[in-house]
Amino acid sequence: MKTKRAIQGRRAAAAGLAVALGVSVLAGCSSTTPGAGTTSDVIKIGVNYEQSGAVATYGKDSIDGITMAVDEINAAGGVNGKKIQLVTYDTKSDPAEATTLATKLMTQDKVVAVLGPATSGSFKATVPVANQNKIPVISGSATADDVTVAPGGAVQPYAFRTCYTDSFQGTAAANYASKTLNATTAVIIKDNSSDYAKGLADNFTKTFTANGGTIVGTEAYVAGDTDFNAILTRIRSMQYDVIYLPGYYQEAGLIIKAARDLGITQPVIGPDGFDSPDLLSLAGASALNNVYFTNHYSSLDQDPKVQAFIAAFTAKFGRAPNAFNALGYDTANLVADAVKRASGLTGVDVMNALASTKDFPAVTGTLTIDADHNPVKAIVVIALKDGVQSSSEKISA
Amino acid sequence: MARILPLLAKVVAVLAVYLVVQAMIMTGVVDDYILITMVTICVNIILAVSLNLITGFTGQFSLGHAGFMSIGAYTTGLLTMHYPTWWAFLLGLLAGGAIAAIIGFLVGLPTLRLRGDYLAIATLGMAEIIRVLFLNFPFTNGAAGLSGMPRFVNWTWLYVFTAGTVILISNFLRSMPGRNLIAVREDEIAASSIGVNAVRAKTLAFVVGAFFGGLAGGLYSSYFYFIKPDLFGFQKSIDILIIVVLGGLGSLTGSVIAAILLAVISSLLQPFPELRMVIYGLILVVVMVFRPQGLMGDRELTFSAMRRLLPHRWREARP
Repeated sequence: MKTKRAIQGRRAAAAGLAVALGVSVLAGCSSTTPGAGTTSDVIKIGVNYEQSGAVATYGKDSIDGITMAVDEINAAGGVNGKKIQLVTYDTKSDPAEATTLATKLMTQDKVVAVLGPATSGSFKATVPVANQNKIPVISGSATADDVTVAPGGAVQPYAFRTCYTDSFQGTAAANYASKTLNATTAVIIKDNSSDYAKGLADNFTKTFTANGGTIVGTEAYVAGDTDFNAILTRIRSMQYDVIYLPGYYQEAGLIIKAARDLGITQPVIGPDGFDSPDLLSLAGASALNNVYFTNHYSSLDQDPKVQAFIAAFTAKFGRAPNAFNALGYDTANLVADAVKRASGLTGVDVMNALASTKDFPAVTGTLTIDADHNPVKAIVVIALKDGVQSSSEKISA
Repeated sequence: MARILPLLAKVVAVLAVYLVVQAMIMTGVVDDYILITMVTICVNIILAVSLNLITGFTGQFSLGHAGFMSIGAYTTGLLTMHYPTWWAFLLGLLAGGAIAAIIGFLVGLPTLRLRGDYLAIATLGMAEIIRVLFLNFPFTNGAAGLSGMPRFVNWTWLYVFTAGTVILISNFLRSMPGRNLIAVREDEIAASSIGVNAVRAKTLAFVVGAFFGGLAGGLYSSYFYFIKPDLFGFQKSIDILIIVVLGGLGSLTGSVIAAILLAVISSLLQPFPELRMVIYGLILVVVMVFRPQGLMGDRELTFSAMRRLLPHRWREARP
């Protein structure tokens, strides 16, 4: 008979041994680490985006823009005579995986900069890794206000982005409402389940009130709702000039359709969450009149740089580019430009070059990186007529 | 002698693993990326071993383990954000585990009268409630989540808590209350007839499992810088369950091996983002088809089992 203690001991020891086995397997993996790529004839840039999981479309669209930019740069001879090599990983839309892969890109693949992830949460999860390894991370679509600044207000030295912040977008929408549409009263219908929508609503309110306007009513819904009649019936009896509708196209399409059916004719202003072909199919062409939304760029922009990008993208992928494609394209080009201007090929050099970016000609607007590592650039307000973009107006920062 | 030697072997093995890895970290053989993978593995080991106690050893099908994990993650995260000290970190881990255990107790009392599918749905509901609470509490920053937690987890703490969890749960299962759990799994009526209080045994398993689930969450939040309620949804509970089922229901070493194996496979597949989830899924299907009882079944990988693999003369040489 074995004694009870003997069995206990063996089991625990075996468990420890199993951990040891796993560890040695892992240690084995590390010996295949490739050497630093930046000293040879290529410049390695990490691409750390969501390619599967909940927000895979954001990541994939960004990567399409990035690969197109890098293909163009390499075809033109690369940066300072060196070709750019992308090292691409999939975060599975998981912030912990984003942290892991950012660590891998910086410590094993020895990249000079990491692009992505697309969403604010995952991007924030890579910022401490960047600060620790002194390699910049840059996102084309992390719009949350606190992405590039630490909780205390100090700038995160190695975090950058090429998109504007949520607060800027809310402010721009409010300015458009009070200055271009001459509105003095507004109603807000917001998506209560998303921080994106809450942030936009707060900043809209702040700026609209500062401009002398009044918010006469605030209604809320939750992502996934399909019936908005209760909200809209309450709104119908109110007196106001404009509706601000921060949220995504899924609900916004249904809300606009129901509102127009109820005879609500006031202008509707939305955020970049409206930017989807599905908005038209959900709301219908006749409802999408007098509807405006703030966006990163407009295909109507007659700037030759924008038109050239749209033509090249359409030729390569067979579809018109969306904002994620454009922002991905800009992000890759901005990093390549910074590498070209940098005094060396270390993360610190690239970080300094990124921070001193001035008047960079991006597709989403000429941009300058400010002290908080946010781009200062124009925002576009697009007007819809019968469901199609009829005009776009650039509002500078 | 016969009693002391296995104990000694245990202590030596546990210490040796720690020292070897510590040496590899100090010499740079284990870099940041390997360390982060080991953190994932260790957190998953604690989660899987504690869920195995509930689902594998006590036979209570739970889909709510991510809920317990989130309690620990938020407790430790909030504490270390406001008081970035070692004491707050350790207190956060213990408090997170304790709060998770209390929630486990409160939820367990009414729901553990349910069995099988019904219990699974009830635990799923519990985890969803916890998630929605974290989404709406004023101090958890809602859907945007918490970021900026200081990183306190290092290899020493990680190993202390992981090895500690495995040893504690393994010893617990050899104790009388632990044996009661297995009796309840095997046959609840027979166990009751010989005086085992089945509801108490099940609640105990739930409470202990929840405690270690919370502990794992605390370690997670103190290494990965960022948590949000969505991370602890249904999918996370399923991920933990996959490790348990793959390793074998009722095998602690199985859970450990499966946690390591899945992390290694996932990290080897990182250069192939398009095929990654396909191959991962395929491996799960193949294992389940050829080993439906999991890699280890309900057996354990013990020293005596490994000794049987050695040639005869070596075996004789051992005491």
